[in-house]
Amino acid sequence: MLDDRYGLAFKLYPYAKCADQDAGAPVRHPVVVLGGGPIGIATALDLGLQGIPVVVLDDHEGIGQGSRAICFAKRTLEICDRWGAAAPMLGKGVVWNLGKVFHEDRKVFEFNLLPEDGHKFPAFINLQQPYFERFLVERVREAQTQGAPIEIRGKNRVDAAEVRDDHVLLDVMTPEGPYRVAADWLIGADGAGSPLRKMMGLDFEGRVFTDNFLIADIRMSANFPTERWFWFEPSFKSSGASCLLHKQPDGIWRVDFQIGWDVDRAKELKEENIRARLDAMLGDGVEYEIVWSSIYTFQCRRMKRFRHGRVLFAGDAAHQVSPFGARGANSGIQDVDNLGWKLGLVVAGKAPESLLDTYCAERCHGADENILNSTRSTDFITPKSAISHLFRNAVLDLAERHAFARPLVNSGRLSVPCSYDAGPLNGADALTGGPARTRPGAPCPDAPVADGYLLERLGTNFTLLTIDADAPEAVEDGGITATRLALSTSESPAGALAERYLGDASSGVYLIRPDQHVAARWDVFEADAVRAALHHACAKE
Amino acid sequence: MTLTLDPNLSDPDGVYCDLLAAHEGLSEAESHAFNARLILILGNHIGDREVLKQALDAAARPDR
Repeated sequence: MLDDRYGLAFKLYPYAKCADQDAGAPVRHPVVVLGGGPIGIATALDLGLQGIPVVVLDDHEGIGQGSRAICFAKRTLEICDRWGAAAPMLGKGVVWNLGKVFHEDRKVFEFNLLPEDGHKFPAFINLQQPYFERFLVERVREAQTQGAPIEIRGKNRVDAAEVRDDHVLLDVMTPEGPYRVAADWLIGADGAGSPLRKMMGLDFEGRVFTDNFLIADIRMSANFPTERWFWFEPSFKSSGASCLLHKQPDGIWRVDFQIGWDVDRAKELKEENIRARLDAMLGDGVEYEIVWSSIYTFQCRRMKRFRHGRVLFAGDAAHQVSPFGARGANSGIQDVDNLGWKLGLVVAGKAPESLLDTYCAERCHGADENILNSTRSTDFITPKSAISHLFRNAVLDLAERHAFARPLVNSGRLSVPCSYDAGPLNGADALTGGPARTRPGAPCPDAPVADGYLLERLGTNFTLLTIDADAPEAVEDGGITATRLALSTSESPAGALAERYLGDASSGVYLIRPDQHVAARWDVFEADAVRAALHHACAKE
Repeated sequence: MTLTLDPNLSDPDGVYCDLLAAHEGLSEAESHAFNARLILILGNHIGDREVLKQALDAAARPDR
């Protein structure tokens, strides 16, 4: 009745009976999260750290097996750092910067992802998804001991959802039978196949790609460098139309073969057949052990709206992209970052419900950007027609000899955070000469400040960042406070703060949202203007 | 004038996408004809025969 659909890597939230199961009437909770994957757990963590009670329901008792998402971007680490969960991720993850692109047996070119200096986190780490999830759950456990009102209920499967005007009623199945529970707000973080989305009969539109990819995670001691290697039409036999080699922690390597559409999945997944591909790629005498393998297909699509009354969708449940560019889990974490503070303010009665419509507007914009980028990568990697294949190979051919063709080579445009340009919450851009990268809507770039970094000093509420400018210690509007962070360009090594936040200006005042996106900016503090921007950034009109 | 072989496109992915979209639905012969017209239009825009000669050399593959 409640059979596992997959094996567990870590059993972290075993079933335990809760009081709700014996209650006469459904117990009502402010927030219920459907799904205990990375997006669901992160949502619970963000809300719990704000003191908002949250219950997570998952139909398993822990984290599923398989490396799945392996590339975690700088922005994801910065967000996790705000939750106090990034240190173990960085400690365990493999930092990489160099990528090499091959066509047949020739190296076309290599690229370096190394970001500019003065950021706390690297451009990317590779880390198996189960570790990423485990570190989030461990942070939840720690937060619980400090009083964060988070509850994770394993083996609690939601079988029906009845959406009312001001709450949602859920039928939940457990090993000890069913019970009902009510939620003022329901978060659908139940993954690409989202049962909730189907129960509610909601759309999920976009493109389906007709290609299969075979993943093999192998443990080997061979001395490959810590780089991302990508082959177009590799010369090694039976390797498929493209191939990716990428390092993970624990001496494990991710190998990805593009094997075409008409394949016999069961046959391809036989160890001897996977080994035949790997042997051809790695050469003779390389010893390895296959740790995990899987065949996947993918789609690029999203829901038309992420908010449906009291139900909000996040992560893969709301949008799916092809894996090229590491834009799946990384965009889901940005969803949580965007939703957490907004839902927190609405639940606390400090902002109108319409603030949640801006979650939909801003993150649909993010999803569209991710879908556009990953669709283009997919079209380049798997050309659909003879003419697109011809152009693709012409680009690769020219890129070997001419620099101009290299920006056209697309083996995945790696995830960078979305700027909410023209976003509904953006305020004044009144910093004359201010850099484009810190315009309203943009995520704050990190910068070295005194003994640490800017982002770790922004806190979890609104911040009034002043750089060589006077201002009061706090600005308040309707129960919401922006606390001042006063900095001087002289505190920042190599002029990084001035370059990233002032440009040609001599002073700057930034109103920064709890998710570290810029709300508005000016050259000097003016109380009415800042208060109006704070008002607007909380969707109060 | 010298031929530019350094990156010069402000939005390479967008340009590439437009190029492929223009070919969508064309037969092989139609694609060839499209490319021929496109080259002639771009050549006229460049205008300089010397630059075009350098481009012809860059596009040729004497090594393979």
